[in-house]
Amino acid sequence: MTNTLHRFGPAASFQDDFIIFAIASKGKNDQGALEKLREFLRLAATFGPVNLGDARNGGALRPCKNMTPMSHWGRDITPDFDAVIQGLTHVTTVAAVFDDRVKAEDFMKAVREKDFGLSINISTSVDGADQCCHAAGIPRHSVGYSLGFEGHTEHLPNSQVMMLSTMCGHGMIAHSMAKKMIDWVKEGRRSPDEAVTYLARFCSCGVFNPSRAKRILEEARVSTK
Amino acid sequence: MTINPNKCVACGNCTYVCPMGAIYIDPQIKRATINRNECVECYACYNGLSQEHLNPTMVRTMRKVFQALRLRFDPEPDVCPTASFEPDELTWPRVVRRAFSDPRVPHESTGVEGRGTEEVKTNDVSGRVKVGEVGFTIEFGRPGVGVWFRDIQTACRMLAAADVHFEKKNPITSLMSDVATGTLREDILGEKVMSAIVEIKVPVERTEEIIRLVWDIEKRVDTVVTLGVGTRCDDTGDETVVAPILEKLGYTLHRAKTNTGLGRIMNSAESDRQTVGASR
Repeated sequence: MTNTLHRFGPAASFQDDFIIFAIASKGKNDQGALEKLREFLRLAATFGPVNLGDARNGGALRPCKNMTPMSHWGRDITPDFDAVIQGLTHVTTVAAVFDDRVKAEDFMKAVREKDFGLSINISTSVDGADQCCHAAGIPRHSVGYSLGFEGHTEHLPNSQVMMLSTMCGHGMIAHSMAKKMIDWVKEGRRSPDEAVTYLARFCSCGVFNPSRAKRILEEARVSTK
Repeated sequence: MTINPNKCVACGNCTYVCPMGAIYIDPQIKRATINRNECVECYACYNGLSQEHLNPTMVRTMRKVFQALRLRFDPEPDVCPTASFEPDELTWPRVVRRAFSDPRVPHESTGVEGRGTEEVKTNDVSGRVKVGEVGFTIEFGRPGVGVWFRDIQTACRMLAAADVHFEKKNPITSLMSDVATGTLREDILGEKVMSAIVEIKVPVERTEEIIRLVWDIEKRVDTVVTLGVGTRCDDTGDETVVAPILEKLGYTLHRAKTNTGLGRIMNSAESDRQTVGASR
């Protein structure tokens, strides 16, 4: 899933960003895959992820289509993993996001033991993925390197905006929204926790990493780059 | 996408959430308006914004009072207070904008959501990129810039001239009227999308040549290019062939997607014939 591959930032900025996703291949191993994907998500939820999601319905924080004036106060910003698991209705890509390498490694070990038969990928720094696979006793099959953004990069915003907006590789988090959240945190109008939830709701496949986003917003609050 | 002017209260929330920056408050009508030429029908506004269903007249009146008193109105930034967004019935060729921009819509040609390709993420069962081969995903328009199909055609023609193999199970390839020359359907050239991936496969010996060709393409298309390079690892899980080529070309390999090789063919008809990847 290239939407997790091309996150902006140096390798060190992925120290708290590990995405493990499962995908069935059409005509190859998609028969009966729906329940396996649900089981993958159920298993992931026991290892302390910061987000879960599926490519059709989004992540653990979703927009509400029936807000009332009173719901502005005390909006629930708790990720709802159970809703992601129960809401999976189609065979699609499902993902679990971790902010800790040990948790990701432990989950990879459990996935190997479960033997789902689905393609399992990990998206993080090159070394981070290598370490996770090594810890789980899995020799890597294939690797897809990100070479970053090239061409007319003068169209792109600053690095902190890029680090936030590219956490939805599908482009559903607008650069201007990411910039606005940095500005609001700087102004003290919203906390990083609140700003992160606004951004997360736009990610349509649940691979947004709220933990990394919070760190980036905290850094941007005191020093915009 | 359309914004219903009878409902819109010009709060401006939506102007920030459009990835293409195509929504603005029209000073003449004082309503949020979409620049249809720049809109890629990604539905980020419709799907991403939460919705309230407030009375528009009441909200406009309150906003005028606050404005007159120079009070800052501080709404939740991810909410459309009057549920003003209304999807259009899209017809050809505009419908291709949504197919390439709204990640929730599977591509008809491949049945895959997002950008419509499986690339190396299912390589353990598809065998798409074999030992000694390199698969390139050359993505145009990402992140948040967008790309016109006429620019994608420019790139495809340059790649075709270099005699590369376009991936068959790819949405861009399915829109080519002539794969041999990289020519796209004439009727979509004036359409803009969030991003699109051209996928090619070459022998590993051509890696440097292709990257240099992409550098040339980048000078001729007015957008951002994101390059992904996929390859097989050896039996011990190491990859020591392609990485050195990329590093020699000046790339620092920060991030990668790793296929762990745990997938295998399990559908009944396919399983009878082979079990690719089962041992990895």
